[in-house]
Amino acid sequence: MPELDAVDRQIIAKMQGDFPLCERPYAAVAEVLDIPEGDLLIRLQRLLDTRVLTRFGPMMQVERMGGAFVLAALAVPEARYDAVAALVNALPQVAHNYRREHAFNMWFVLATETPEGIAEAIVRIEGDTGLKVHAFPKEREYFVEMKLAVRQ
Amino acid sequence: MTQTPLDAIDRALIVATQDGLPLVPRPYETIGAQIGISGGEVTCRLQAMLANGIIRRIGAVPNHYAIGWTANGMTVWDVADERVDELGALVGALDFVTHCYRRPRALPDWPYNLFAMVHGSSRQEVGDKALRIAELLGQACRASDILYSTRILKKTGLRI
Repeated sequence: MPELDAVDRQIIAKMQGDFPLCERPYAAVAEVLDIPEGDLLIRLQRLLDTRVLTRFGPMMQVERMGGAFVLAALAVPEARYDAVAALVNALPQVAHNYRREHAFNMWFVLATETPEGIAEAIVRIEGDTGLKVHAFPKEREYFVEMKLAVRQ
Repeated sequence: MTQTPLDAIDRALIVATQDGLPLVPRPYETIGAQIGISGGEVTCRLQAMLANGIIRRIGAVPNHYAIGWTANGMTVWDVADERVDELGALVGALDFVTHCYRRPRALPDWPYNLFAMVHGSSRQEVGDKALRIAELLGQACRASDILYSTRILKKTGLRI
C-alpha cells in the first residue's frame, strides 16, 4: 500500500462526506485544508489511481429508489475460488465482494434497481457457479456509518 | 421505507456520476454538460436527492486496509428473537460498530441473526471489541462467530 503523508490523511478524512454542492467544490475543500485547489485535485487523482480511495461521488441508497440491496454468501471450494470470484464479480449487480474466513468464504452485496433483480442475479450466480447462494436480506437496520478515520 | 421514483434526468445524473465525480474545478458543470442541464440544476437535483435519502452522502470511500484498518471482522450473533431489536440498537450505538443489521438465519448452517461490522488495526483489537458486544448481549446470545475478511474481491458500489 502506498505511503500517505499528513495532507493525504487530511484529505481522506475530509472527503468521506459532505462534499460541497457549489460551483467550485474542490476549491472550497482545498480552502478548508489550506492547500491549493490544484494540489487537492492531483492528490485525489493519485489516491484514486492507487486505490487508497475506491470510489468518489454520490453514494446511493438503492431502497429509496425502489431497488434492493442484499448481502449474500457462497461456500466456495478452495480449488475453484478464483474462478468463482471472477464469475461473481463479472455481474454488474455485485457492488462489493469480500473473501472471509469461514465455510461461507465469499460474501458479496447485490444491489439492483428492482427487487426482482436480486432473484435474477441469484439464479444467474447459481447457474454460473453451480453453488447455492445464501441470501441474507436485512430485516432491520440498527446503524450504518461508513466513515473511518485514517489510522496509520 | 419511502420510495421515490427517479425521473429521467435524476437517473441520467446518477449514471453520469456513479463512476465518480470528475476531478476538474467545476465538476457539476462538466456533469451537466454531459446530460444537457446546467451545473446549477445538477447541484439542485443532488441536494434534493440528499434530502429525500436517495443519496446517502457525497464523498469518497477509502480502502480501509490502505488507511490502517487492516483487521475487518463481520461479527455475527445468535440472539433471542424477542430481544434482538432492543439489543441490536445498543450494539449499533457502540462507537466502534460501523454497520449493524438484523438478518434472517439460514438453519442449520447459519444460526446468526445479528450482524455487526467491527474494524481494527489487529485481530486482537477486533476480538476485544467483539468481547464488549458479547458482554452487552449477555445470556440473550446463544452463539457467535467473527468472520475476518482476507481480501477485497470487488468494491465498485451500486451500478444502475
